Amino acid sequence: MSRSVVIVGGGIAGQAVCEQVRERDREATITLVCGEVSPPYDRVRLSEILVSGEDPKTLELRPAEWFADQRVDVRCGRWVTAVDTAAREATLDDDTALAYDALVLATGSQPLMPPIPGIDLPGVHPFRTPADCAAIHAAAANGTQHAAVIGGGLLGLEAARGIAAQGTTVTVVHLVDRLMERQVDAGAAALLVPALAELGIDVLLERSTECIMGPDRARGLRFAGGDELAADLVVVSVGIRPETTLAREIGVACERGIVVDDAMGTDHDGIYAVGECAQHRGRIYGLVAPIFEQARVAAEAIAGEDALYPGSVLTAKLKVAGIDLVTAGEAGGEREAIVADPDAGVYRKLAVSGGRAVGAVLLGDTRGAEALVAAVRSGEPVDDPLQALADASALGPADLPDTAQICDCNGVCKSDLVAAVADEGCATPREVMARTRAGTGCGSCKPAVIEIVAAATGGLNEEPAYLCPCRKQTREQLAETIRADGHESVSDVAAACGTGRECGTCKPALAYLVSEVRANQHREERDARYINDRVHANIQRDGTFSVVPRMYGGVTTPDELRRIADVADRYEVPMVKVTGGQRLDLLGVRKQDLPAIWAELGMPSGHAYAKAVRTVKTCVGTDFCRFGLGDAIGLGTEMEKAWEGLHTPAKVKSGVSGCPRNCAEATVKDIGCVAVEGGWQVRLGGAAGGNVREADVLCTVETRAEALRVTTTFLQYYRENADYKERTYDFVPRVGLETVREVVLGEESGAALRQRLKIAKAATSDPWLERDDPYHPSQFSDLDEPGEQEPELALVGPPPEGAR
Amino acid sequence: MTPAAAPPLAPPALTYACDVEDVPLGEGRALTLDGRRIALFRSFEGWFALDDACPHSGGPLADGIVCDHAVICPLHERRFALATGDALTSDDEAATAHEVEVRAGRVFVAVAAERSAAAAA
Repeated sequence: MSRSVVIVGGGIAGQAVCEQVRERDREATITLVCGEVSPPYDRVRLSEILVSGEDPKTLELRPAEWFADQRVDVRCGRWVTAVDTAAREATLDDDTALAYDALVLATGSQPLMPPIPGIDLPGVHPFRTPADCAAIHAAAANGTQHAAVIGGGLLGLEAARGIAAQGTTVTVVHLVDRLMERQVDAGAAALLVPALAELGIDVLLERSTECIMGPDRARGLRFAGGDELAADLVVVSVGIRPETTLAREIGVACERGIVVDDAMGTDHDGIYAVGECAQHRGRIYGLVAPIFEQARVAAEAIAGEDALYPGSVLTAKLKVAGIDLVTAGEAGGEREAIVADPDAGVYRKLAVSGGRAVGAVLLGDTRGAEALVAAVRSGEPVDDPLQALADASALGPADLPDTAQICDCNGVCKSDLVAAVADEGCATPREVMARTRAGTGCGSCKPAVIEIVAAATGGLNEEPAYLCPCRKQTREQLAETIRADGHESVSDVAAACGTGRECGTCKPALAYLVSEVRANQHREERDARYINDRVHANIQRDGTFSVVPRMYGGVTTPDELRRIADVADRYEVPMVKVTGGQRLDLLGVRKQDLPAIWAELGMPSGHAYAKAVRTVKTCVGTDFCRFGLGDAIGLGTEMEKAWEGLHTPAKVKSGVSGCPRNCAEATVKDIGCVAVEGGWQVRLGGAAGGNVREADVLCTVETRAEALRVTTTFLQYYRENADYKERTYDFVPRVGLETVREVVLGEESGAALRQRLKIAKAATSDPWLERDDPYHPSQFSDLDEPGEQEPELALVGPPPEGAR
Repeated sequence: MTPAAAPPLAPPALTYACDVEDVPLGEGRALTLDGRRIALFRSFEGWFALDDACPHSGGPLADGIVCDHAVICPLHERRFALATGDALTSDDEAATAHEVEVRAGRVFVAVAAERSAAAAA
């Protein structure tokens, strides 16, 4: 009979145990009891969403399908209420009974909230869950005057950074005389203070908070000694308390944490503990790498293998943008080699005891971090610490030994990354990360992963973004040639530069570039275009096409709807669907029916098949909505008419919302406008596809006309400067919002952009008019009708000319 | 009267497909010959024919972009050699290739029974 494993706790530890058990035992019945309502997420990266304000969903460790694929039964929002250790059965709060062979307690920890007066006031938050994170983010972004973080450890500093990133000043209050005293020595800690100051974070050391002053909500801190600090947001991050409630209730031996042996077993047979709730050889680990090691050992023990957990070497990386800090092992040793450049904020130290590396601290200059961490982890013999420190700085990740661990979160070694490239055919860092999971935990090893993959793939990833990789020509170079030499077509450019001749995959990019540089007064060559741009419809998986007529702002009429219905009937269109962009899509249309369908619709092309201006999605705005502040339909229609027919490097989806409720989802569009009190907020670079990205706020303008002008200016800037297939959500961060602002809002530069757009726009026409004027008689037809009676064979055998 | 050299095997029969001007230069078009859907390409390097179904997921190769003796499938951008049907960017099977001959502005295809017939040619 297959083994039954019940894991209690849906955090990183629970998830890790789950994965490790499944890896060793395909048959085991695995149940994950997860008290939170969502499946396990990556708590380590919590500070990232505090900075970005992104949806906590981005932290999910595995998508829902993974649990289904791996046959892991996840019970979200459920709690274990009782365990019969003799009968080996756990009971949930919905009275479900789960029999187990192995019960793994991965209950994690609770934030330690010191029992000082005022700790329960509104405005005081722990920093532990996505809900805490959301509350802190919201407070910091909206009207907080000054924030205080109690606790200057790793997590406290990350929280402070997240708050400072919202533009709120913040003071870190720490009990002892140096920050992060568990990980760094006095020398490095001293340099941390000015580095934090640069980020807008003040530090107060040796301050014991006596109370949080109220009375109605947090107003400030009072310290022992009487001095005070005004603060209307207080984040408490002074440590963790292992969550042992369940363990104690069922009689498992606990001290500070649940006591485990070297196989992660408790004093009860079949019950294990892993993660922040577990106490091993007197130590409790609050970092992710040890948790992963513990999960592996527990899974080995459950599978009946020899399992030994000797304890972990602690390594830490501070995830605070602007400060590079890596530590491993002890903060000091018998011998210490230190290299420091305080003015540059650099401090590097290697600690050696008994002739072996025992600790490293690297601040400001983390070159060779992977090598030094590997040396500390394996206790490498070191004769000359100063030399070892110097040697390490010359070592890039690519020079590391194969056994060096690159991703501490997921325990991935360099050899695993190289194997993913060499044996499994991964070609890009992204593929390697998906395959090995490296870089998917805290993300701090991503640069090392990228470097190793680049070395393993021959450095391809460091090349510039070539439009034509065969001829190593960039978009900028080619645009310059087209401009200078007056090329009018793809074949002209190919003749001059050799581009598009070898693999041909860049021909559509060249076709766009020629049309853009020549303001649509180029010579069109359809063989360089995708089929979609040859027949002005979107090819579907079965070779049929979809037809989306233009409906400005998503507004239609009864007459248009009647025509669409008639066409759908007459041509037996298999599906009529409302699209995400508020249009109607006729799906499954045969190529040869396209011209007649367009004629009968009598509506212009919606460009749903092209890299072009697509739809402008709108809400009903002021026309009907009770809440509308601005005329969303009016502005959306104006935008769509002003841009219709313009091709772009990649598709451009827009939206206009008439109030901040944002029903048109304008904050996740390439170009979005949101009516706010007193004007329009203009946003750029949003995405709601494979990635979700909140659009950046370009500016807020007072009138609809200004909103139209600013967005139009940006459209042309994007048309001229983005790489082919580069969506705005990659383009805007690449060039930087500040640069976009400067050019688009600049008086002269903006006027010039609008002038060029006007010229390009004047040369556009509705491509569906090609129904009456095809570029070739067979533009919309094959040589026969597929599926029709095969024509009489005109000739069998060699042709007469050949028979002579 | 004996022929100087008779081929050991009769080559596949040539079948009329279309006239040269029926396919725009640099593009492909499909048609059914011998019960098979075939993509006929008028590339800058000459005429070629492949089965019209991409070996990967059946995409219409006739609608692909033609360049450098190859066609790029319009569905997932995999490239296949026009002369042999070999997959150039993936480990898909080859598409079956067919011989094409142009005589006096008329295009003829010898529909291959198997891939090997064309590959051996």
